[in-house]
Amino acid sequence: MSTLSEAILGAPAGSYVDREVDIAFAHDGTGVLAREALREMGVEHLPHPERLRLVFDHIVPANTGTTATLQAELREYARVSGIELSDAGGGICHQVMSEGVVRPGMVVVGADSHTCTLGALGAFATGVGATDMAAVWASGSTWFRVPETIAVNLTGHLSSPAEPKDVALAYVAELGMEGATYRALEFVGDGAATISMDGRLTLSNMAVETGAKAGMFYADAVTVRHLAEHGVTASPQAPEDCCYERTVAINLDDIVPLVAVPHRVDTVREAEEVAGTHLDQVFVGTCTNGRYEDLARFARIVRGKKVAVRTLVFPASRTVLARAIATGVLADIVDAGCTVGSPGCGPCLGAHMGVLGEGEVCLSTANRNFKNRMGVGGEVYLASPSTAAASALAGEITVPEVA
Amino acid sequence: MQGSGPAVCLGRDIDTDLIIAGRYLRTKNRSVWAEHVFEDLDPALAARIRGSVIVAGRNMGCGSSREQAVVALREAGVVAVVAESFARIFFRNAVNVGLPVIEASVTCTDGARVAFDLDGGWIEVDGERYPARPLSEKMVAILRAGGLVPYWRSWR
Repeated sequence: MSTLSEAILGAPAGSYVDREVDIAFAHDGTGVLAREALREMGVEHLPHPERLRLVFDHIVPANTGTTATLQAELREYARVSGIELSDAGGGICHQVMSEGVVRPGMVVVGADSHTCTLGALGAFATGVGATDMAAVWASGSTWFRVPETIAVNLTGHLSSPAEPKDVALAYVAELGMEGATYRALEFVGDGAATISMDGRLTLSNMAVETGAKAGMFYADAVTVRHLAEHGVTASPQAPEDCCYERTVAINLDDIVPLVAVPHRVDTVREAEEVAGTHLDQVFVGTCTNGRYEDLARFARIVRGKKVAVRTLVFPASRTVLARAIATGVLADIVDAGCTVGSPGCGPCLGAHMGVLGEGEVCLSTANRNFKNRMGVGGEVYLASPSTAAASALAGEITVPEVA
Repeated sequence: MQGSGPAVCLGRDIDTDLIIAGRYLRTKNRSVWAEHVFEDLDPALAARIRGSVIVAGRNMGCGSSREQAVVALREAGVVAVVAESFARIFFRNAVNVGLPVIEASVTCTDGARVAFDLDGGWIEVDGERYPARPLSEKMVAILRAGGLVPYWRSWR
């Protein structure tokens, strides 16, 4: 009997193991540093380039000559070393990896803290730094401490206007910003089966906001169907309901629209409590909520209306963007007066394309509202795409209506 | 592995955006990160952390995986970082760039003399000794080598 982390890493919690990595990816920011570290290590030949990916998502298209030059060097390195590159506009690394690259049971490392997103597919996926990534490039493997696991037991069903982001904010508030440090989360229970793959990716994404190393779902029929849509055959995993350090219970029936208020992800209020807060910008996108279902929920609310505040929408990947175009979701968003950006991280980390000015307030569907993150002196509230839509129409934080 | 320096006390949940803001990431010039370290927390900090031991509360280094955070501290001359607990990627990054990290609960006063011994598993603040959580053998070996890059070079 074991937890999913123990089963995949092949050792009991608390042990240190060296493990071959199935997929390792870095982005335009961390990839530059990993390349530098690799150079300093004196490594020229990569033993397993087929396991590696580079995904340009953080500052794309490049904002300055310096950024462009760094990206050009990394692009050239990808070419000569045989690392597959998803260039500017392809999408956010975690989203791109979820579209048929990562499969259940894999060991995945990404040089980005939100790599835990991919636990939604039943993989052990965790974030590492750039030098660790360089060592993975050089050897194909890395060391792990097998984590203890906290179960997040989901029961009941979500009902509109609540959605997966509200569940994510609920468990982050329950555990706190360090409640799961060094641990893995497993999302289990009857309620887990009711959540779509897009929703699972949202839940797993925010695991790191509790300090967790991984945020995992057991692969089931939803996972198998999702991967089949991307041309990949996979099998379900059997939950063993075993060996949890503790269990946090969340009844999906009780979830209502929530908002994380500045400057902590775990200071979460009911949207109703902060309704009326003036907004200067609404931002929809990121590895938390830039997926097709997110854009569709947002579009359903703004369709045929006009937003009252600067509203930026960044699809999480080109695949998401293409689907939103095909179904008319994107047209609804554009007609409502929103600005659509290229697939990528957008202004989430305060680098470009929507940075906040001093005193400006943004409602964002992202995962972090740290002080100054989106711009010096700016304030960030975190909420779901539906709350973002209702708030964009009103120009202030607004509870979405039941769909 | 030993070290010492005056304490610079910080609070809990110091995130990596506060250590080095996203707007300074796009460079390979490490001195830029050292220059702007902690700018959004306290712009005066960068000038007074050389030779010091940072003593933080719980969840030090939470947030992004950006290795620039630990490199900034090292380049700014920080001797070691002590915290009640660390965010795991920051912890691992620190070891990988050769910056000693010590998990211990201590009472901190700015300027207090901090000394530590990683092999002995202790830390002293103004002469008062506290136990430090032991690192894995591999982490100690990496730190002793000065980081993962020199560790790698010595093993290959």
